[in-house]
Amino acid sequence: MIAEVQTVHVAELPLDCGATLRDVTVAWEGYGTLNAERTNAILVLHAFTGDAHAAGIDHEGKPGWWANMIGPGKAFDTDRYFVFCANVLGGCRGTTGPSSINPETGQRYALSFPVITIRDMVRLQKALVDHLGIPKLLAVAGGSMGGMQALEWAVSYPDLVEACLPIATTARHSAQQIAFNETGRQAIVADPDFNNGDFYDGNPPARGLAVARMVGHITYMSDESMREKFGRRLRNREAFSYGFDIDFEVESYLRYRGSQFVGRFDANSYLYITKAMDYFDLTNDAPSLAAALEHTQSRFLVISFTSDWLYPSYQSEEIVRALRSRNHDVTYCELSSSYGHDAFLVDVGEQTRIVSGFLARVAREAGIDCGKGAPA
Amino acid sequence: MRVKEVLGRGDYALIGELIPQGARVLDLGCGDGALLAWLKENKQVTGRGVERQRSLVQDAVARGVTVYQGDIEAGLTDYPDKAFDYVVLSQTLQETRNPQLVLDQMLRVGQHAIVAFPNFGHWRVRFAHLTSGRAPRTPLFPYNWYESPNIHFLTVQDFEEFVQQQHWKIERRMFLAGDRRIQNLPNLLAEIAVYLFRRG
Repeated sequence: MIAEVQTVHVAELPLDCGATLRDVTVAWEGYGTLNAERTNAILVLHAFTGDAHAAGIDHEGKPGWWANMIGPGKAFDTDRYFVFCANVLGGCRGTTGPSSINPETGQRYALSFPVITIRDMVRLQKALVDHLGIPKLLAVAGGSMGGMQALEWAVSYPDLVEACLPIATTARHSAQQIAFNETGRQAIVADPDFNNGDFYDGNPPARGLAVARMVGHITYMSDESMREKFGRRLRNREAFSYGFDIDFEVESYLRYRGSQFVGRFDANSYLYITKAMDYFDLTNDAPSLAAALEHTQSRFLVISFTSDWLYPSYQSEEIVRALRSRNHDVTYCELSSSYGHDAFLVDVGEQTRIVSGFLARVAREAGIDCGKGAPA
Repeated sequence: MRVKEVLGRGDYALIGELIPQGARVLDLGCGDGALLAWLKENKQVTGRGVERQRSLVQDAVARGVTVYQGDIEAGLTDYPDKAFDYVVLSQTLQETRNPQLVLDQMLRVGQHAIVAFPNFGHWRVRFAHLTSGRAPRTPLFPYNWYESPNIHFLTVQDFEEFVQQQHWKIERRMFLAGDRRIQNLPNLLAEIAVYLFRRG
């Protein structure tokens, strides 16, 4: 299926920082068919550098970032559900962000873009949901930063989400997670081309952004997956160079990933979105995590992965414990994988089985018409 | 080994008999969720499971059961008081590190507890121990001592006395040998004991 990006415009978006954004654009894609009551909609939420293109292939033949999980007969079965995904606020893939034109000045926002939060992202998604006339979401689901948005949905709109699937994520960014983000931001800011964020008419801070991405990539893998993928293999050479050219495969891979990223991601979006993650803490406005999740009516499927050291299982268990202490309907699975944090994107066999079983149960309990293919 | 593996589907009827329509049920060591799925289907219960083994947790989720992957002992403490009407512990008591704590927690989070366990006082166990002079191995306790998951061995008599000491109240007791219900001399003849009890 060819996925078409669509846009929706929102006149005003009030933000947590107190500012209000005007003329906000949301880029989104949808797959499958909404039922007559518009109750079979699943909002999929992308991670840090993802975009609205979650499934199918685009006009350039590029598959969506979760194409292995979304589609006919897949975990998020588009024969049964209407699945959609929007680029986040602050992004650079069609939704308004720091690289967008400020309607008030006619210039790009750059660092005049207001600082945003995960809740601001969710507020914009809510405007999209309203625009589509969806009264209640069957599910919100996402990994990593997508999981933070899923949790925020369940907290901000406790009665509008039948099911919440936070995957490989946390209810609050830890010191280690903030530290990695700050390292990436400093790499960008230290690049002479950064020019205080005002680089759109010149060269982007490509070296800084590439280094930031290299650091990120290390955190997405595991010791084991790097050992398996690269080991100490040398790149196109038999012996050491005794210099600072590329010797090792892993160096080559990281440099390639870094330079690739520069072509598709805005350095200012990097700053804004990582900051939004760092501010994320469901207990910002609540005495405890359990209190924050007190009023949610969602059923939860929380998933973590054994080798994910960026969002370790203890953070998922913290969410689960808080939900259990309020006797919410929460299912928790720690899946076995060697892929590290990337597992939620690549290790989809077991995920598919439990996600589809969970969604089928929720749809059944909520009495939702999922059309053809719906199990009895 | 769970009751259903001893009895085929007989235990569904048995535990189904004890659990009323629409109850809130917590199944500790729920395995692949078969019992909870059956109770949900036939008794419209609100069910939750706890299971340690990863593959069984996935089986349970795939069939639509709400389940927590983790230890029984650690997991129980999270739930609020009296969150459940019935807390079920089937064929696992003898495997828990601290049975007293588990039983106490069961009655904290639930109004009623249902416990099923293999009876170490069965005559075949006694006979095996007496004649072989080794850690008894019977159809009910099939393991060698070094590979057995069972770390506490208890009899019908032991359990009765323990419940009495705790001042808990036994509401129902049922004893099974194979598929048969046992009425007399349970400590000698029962292979499986099933108790329904609550705080006094």
